[in-house]
Amino acid sequence: MSDTTANNNLNSEMEPGVRPSLPPPTTETGIIGWMRHNLFSSWSNALLTVLALYLLYLVVPPFLSWAVIDATWKVPPLAAGAEDHPPQFGDCRANAGACWIFVEARLPQFIFGFYPVEQRWRVDIVFVILAVSVFGLLSERIKQKKHLAIFFFAIFPFLAFWLLYGGLGLEVVETRLWGGFMLTLILSGIGIVFSLPLGVLLALGRRSDLPVVHLLSVVLIEFVRGVPLITILFMANVMLPFFLPPGIEVNVLLRVLLGVTIFAAAYMAEVVRGGLQALPKGQYEGAMAMGLGYWQLMRLIILPQALRIAIPGIVNNFISLTQDTTLVAIVGLYDFLNIVRAGSRDTNWLGTEVEGYAFCAMVYWIFCFAMSRYSMYLERKLHTGHKKR
Amino acid sequence: MAQAAQNVPAPSDQPMIELSAVNKWYGQFHVLKDINLTVYSGERIVVCGPSGSGKSTMIRCINRLEEHQKGRIVVDGAELTHDLKKIEQVRREVGMVFQHFNLFPHLTVLENLTLAPIWVRKMPKKEAEEVAMTYLKRVKIPEQAAKYPGQLSGGQQQRVAIARSLCMNPKVMLFDEPTSALDPEMIKEVLDVMIELAKSGMTMICVTHEMGFARTVANRVIFMDRGEIIEQNEPEEFFKNPKSERTRLFLSQILHH
Repeated sequence: MSDTTANNNLNSEMEPGVRPSLPPPTTETGIIGWMRHNLFSSWSNALLTVLALYLLYLVVPPFLSWAVIDATWKVPPLAAGAEDHPPQFGDCRANAGACWIFVEARLPQFIFGFYPVEQRWRVDIVFVILAVSVFGLLSERIKQKKHLAIFFFAIFPFLAFWLLYGGLGLEVVETRLWGGFMLTLILSGIGIVFSLPLGVLLALGRRSDLPVVHLLSVVLIEFVRGVPLITILFMANVMLPFFLPPGIEVNVLLRVLLGVTIFAAAYMAEVVRGGLQALPKGQYEGAMAMGLGYWQLMRLIILPQALRIAIPGIVNNFISLTQDTTLVAIVGLYDFLNIVRAGSRDTNWLGTEVEGYAFCAMVYWIFCFAMSRYSMYLERKLHTGHKKR
Repeated sequence: MAQAAQNVPAPSDQPMIELSAVNKWYGQFHVLKDINLTVYSGERIVVCGPSGSGKSTMIRCINRLEEHQKGRIVVDGAELTHDLKKIEQVRREVGMVFQHFNLFPHLTVLENLTLAPIWVRKMPKKEAEEVAMTYLKRVKIPEQAAKYPGQLSGGQQQRVAIARSLCMNPKVMLFDEPTSALDPEMIKEVLDVMIELAKSGMTMICVTHEMGFARTVANRVIFMDRGEIIEQNEPEEFFKNPKSERTRLFLSQILHH
């Protein structure tokens, strides 16, 4: 304090033009300063702070005691004289809290659905390749992404399909046996990978000068956006076969994938269009004046900027797409949520619905929160204005 | 100033740009009325006039950023029609500098400069970068090559924009009010670059109100009002003896500031 005062005096004694820059007074920095600014800056703010603390006190301790302290984490040892039995809800009766042994006992099914146990190594391989490639593509430390990208987008889909479905020496596993977390990952992964480029094309189509392209894009976007996803899933499931020549049958999973992707693409198109419209006309003119053609202009100048602007909306769509995949339950697919729900309806596990939903919520949250954080990192990374460096 | 003009090479008698009876409408609004203009190779023309007089629209028709509805525009032997190939061919040969620079903010300065040579001229990247550095040196900011446009001052950005156009090795340079968006202390650095360019014999059309610049380098000054070319003359004559009343009024307004 005394130091600062001395400096201030120094400043007032100095000639204009040679005054040094001083640090801000200590009351403005540090924990005390932060609390004064953010938590207790006015009496109303202080009241809200106290209220929030009280609400946290009401919610957090009971939740913690249910989820952690009073929860059953292990199957209790068999009571003397009791008959040996597989783990079940009864084993949790001794504790008031959550019955996590349900999740533990059912975890393989939650992950693989009805995929045959002896073939699950194939799914594991796909998971590992997926995790490694996604990490490689998103990490900043890995520089040579070109080969990885070619592998991931051109080779991996076929490899994954072969591993999961079978054929060519592997035992065939019908898609109706696919389920659980694996199915959710397939649905949202394929939805994400295809809806973005499709959405970009629709957005460009909607802004096109060619009347036919424009009209087709508008009709598709507006039709799909005007209809709930459930309807589209029903239509994909029930109506699509009517439009196809007899004898050709399209797999349920494929139909659902098509429905989910087109649905997401229509929303994506509008988000991308928002990004396109945010760009000043000068960007188009600057590029056109140098003789760039339409696709060069879009690929090199417009889309990189428009997509960066649209990142929050795009990731918003990815997140809601991931969560919307739970709706496939309605056409009889057992995605992650549906299979957990089915698990807690098992007679051995009646009464474990809360645990099941809590577990589901946590897994979905981890994935969606990761996407959200990554998008924020991406926005910062791609910012090239004054703030950088 | 008049002496500086003598350092500038004289234009040839080869027509580079020909506008004959060009008319353009925005909806019902007749924005260009029967424009006739021939620009010779190596000629430097300054276009001035009140705002809304159609001067920007006229030069934007020359590289087809705007479409004219009647008349003929021929640039370097190619007539501008709906033929996209021709339009892109003309745009390759005609550089343009805009009021608001229109640099690409997501690319570094060097990438801004090499983009068109690489993608339009199919120049190898290394060669394009060498060319780019030559022009960055010419506009006196080679040290900014790795920065993003958002990190430069307005004057520096406009100089980058000029260098970017020059990298395409154009036959004509169009300037659309290049100094109007700049702070006063930055106008000179941009004008210096443009004067330098004029001395190298580049064919230039500049829409500008910098009358000092017009006196220094222009062969001809054109005054436009309400979509028409009202008068044109050598700078000396134009400023000393404006023929029309409208020109006199305009000059008195901008020169008394």
